[in-house]
Amino acid sequence: MEGMAGQKSGLVWAVNIAAFLLVLLWTIPTLGLLVSSFRDRDQILTSGWWQSFSPQEATGFVRTGTGDDAVQQDGLYVIEGTVLEEGQTLIGWGTRAREPAAFEPGETAEIGDGWQVTVAEDGTYRMTSPTPFEMRRGERIFVTTGAPARLTTENYNRVLTAEGLGRAFMNTLTVTIPATVIPILIAAFAAYALAWMEFPGRALLTAAVVGLLVVPLQVALIPLLRLHNELGIGKGYLGIWLAHTGFGLPLAIYLLRNYMVGLPREVIESARVDGATEFQIFRRIILPLSFPALASFAIFQFLWVWNDLLVATVFLGNTREQLVMTGVLRELMGSKGGEWEVLATSAFISIAVPLVVFFAMQKYLVRGLLAGSVKGG
Amino acid sequence: MELFWLAVGTIAVGVFGCVAWFWGSNWILDRIYPPRGLNAGDNIRKANQIRPWLFLGPAILFLTAYLVYPIFDSLWRSVHNARGTDFVGPSNYAWLMGDGKFRESMRNNLVWLLVVPALSTLFGLLAAQLTDRLKWGNIGKSLIFMPMAISFVGAGVIWKFIYEYREPGENQIGLLNAIVQALGGDPQLWLTLIPWNNLFLMIVLVWIQTGFAMVILSAALRGIPEETIEAAILDGASPWQVFFKIKVPQIMGTIAVVWTTVTIVVLKVFDIVFVMTNGQWGTQVLANLMYDWMFRGTPDYGRGSAIAIVLMALVTPIMIWNIVNAQREVR
Repeated sequence: MEGMAGQKSGLVWAVNIAAFLLVLLWTIPTLGLLVSSFRDRDQILTSGWWQSFSPQEATGFVRTGTGDDAVQQDGLYVIEGTVLEEGQTLIGWGTRAREPAAFEPGETAEIGDGWQVTVAEDGTYRMTSPTPFEMRRGERIFVTTGAPARLTTENYNRVLTAEGLGRAFMNTLTVTIPATVIPILIAAFAAYALAWMEFPGRALLTAAVVGLLVVPLQVALIPLLRLHNELGIGKGYLGIWLAHTGFGLPLAIYLLRNYMVGLPREVIESARVDGATEFQIFRRIILPLSFPALASFAIFQFLWVWNDLLVATVFLGNTREQLVMTGVLRELMGSKGGEWEVLATSAFISIAVPLVVFFAMQKYLVRGLLAGSVKGG
Repeated sequence: MELFWLAVGTIAVGVFGCVAWFWGSNWILDRIYPPRGLNAGDNIRKANQIRPWLFLGPAILFLTAYLVYPIFDSLWRSVHNARGTDFVGPSNYAWLMGDGKFRESMRNNLVWLLVVPALSTLFGLLAAQLTDRLKWGNIGKSLIFMPMAISFVGAGVIWKFIYEYREPGENQIGLLNAIVQALGGDPQLWLTLIPWNNLFLMIVLVWIQTGFAMVILSAALRGIPEETIEAAILDGASPWQVFFKIKVPQIMGTIAVVWTTVTIVVLKVFDIVFVMTNGQWGTQVLANLMYDWMFRGTPDYGRGSAIAIVLMALVTPIMIWNIVNAQREVR
């Protein structure tokens, strides 16, 4: 291909641009979340995240004072006030909801009965009438305002302290770490036996492990919940650790066995000849040599457990204290559909840890995928 | 804080327990059949017959209790009533066949099965080929691969910012509607737009799975012998011909693996539907339907289990295919 590419620099450009577009397409959604999580709570509701860095245009209305606020000046009844809040600038204004920017700042509008409204550039309005104002509620003045773009870390402070996400973060960590460490140990021994020990039924067991890789865990939910209840484990951390260990084992054994089979036979044979016990061979030779495979599985299991919603919902429970982060997110999506800044920030916090792990250990993740691409999800 | 110590304690107990089991049981075995003395040979042989089972014991226990037993238990429940007290024969399955929601789920799952693996593999192949020889190719790959680390729920939130709807004429805060409106179209409630809303949910999964497909296919592309490509180029093949006629046929096996792997993910798809539409507006899928019957309102374990068994039956062909392939590799 290099030769061809050299001749056809047009093709090289096309490839570069196509690749760039593809990468952009795949990155934009996550970028949107990241930007959104830093946005002001009002601005996030009124403009798209891609407009976060430009001044924010918003429409709304203000009520004028009532008849009680009117003063007499030069034979006219006058109500005065301002339509702007701190930091806003006036872009346009109007007297009807359909046309919130019908008038330029400084223009004067007639609203019947000889009433006139003027809204100045600085936001002060002046409403005049030849006869006394008698309305109980103020007239509505519709305004289109501009506000400087505001990015803030306030959301993070708020979400981590007030919204209970700190607790959920700890819960997730508590679920994830033991559920990652324990299956590795159990699987490593089993994988060694399957890879390097001779015994009847070995092929059958290996096939069984491959088969169990794809069992949908939905099948296991009710039977296991009943089993846990009967054993007195009930809902709680112990239950979820055991469940994740069970569900993670097929992939762990499969990955580790495939890796261990490829280790040099001579090393293991010569250790056996030298009188090393199987346990010594395992601990001194196999385990250190298998580090890449162990790391691969650890990342898989970590990501899988951290990101899991179903197992946590079923085995841990749904009260405020028991929720893991995916559970909190789910609640936020359901009940607090309007609080976008909380949702965005919580979501970003929940995906931050897996993303860090992902970028730091991508090499092992790829290696694991290549070794174990039979497994799905 | 006590939570933290509980976790640390569990790791310690778990790790210590495992080590104690493996070390202790081996030690006992060597005591019973010492590998020396008069019967050394005989003892070693006997010990070596038992030892694999010591190594495998905990794993077999877990696999049996957490995966094998549940399959049979679900089978049993699926032919019993809601509380599991009376045998009802195949009536749960008969009910399924007549249930509108179940048929809708089956139909949706089928569409998911056609669309998601196809698009993931296609985009994965495209990404793998495009980034293959680029200087910044690895960074590009990382970024396309990244959604793989994001939870389905997190992805749901991320895509909410794409699909959000505001009244026509208002400032759209969802990216898709903003683009549609900028082009002069009417903004849509994408997630309630039957039947296309299914497609918008599928896109989320394609977005996640493409990176996986790319990584596997990229490795396969690199594994193609250079000579075949060079020979084709010498014979005057165009880049398109090289790709479709030389490269793709050589990685068909890998494409099949990617396809089946994504298929299994698709069959089990739950979280995306659960958090984005919860199966409303004609988007129900099997896994979510099962969740509804098992955990919402009055649970019906009979019907829920029947749906689980249907899921199990759907993955079985792939399971067998995987086993056959794995066996062939062993030989």
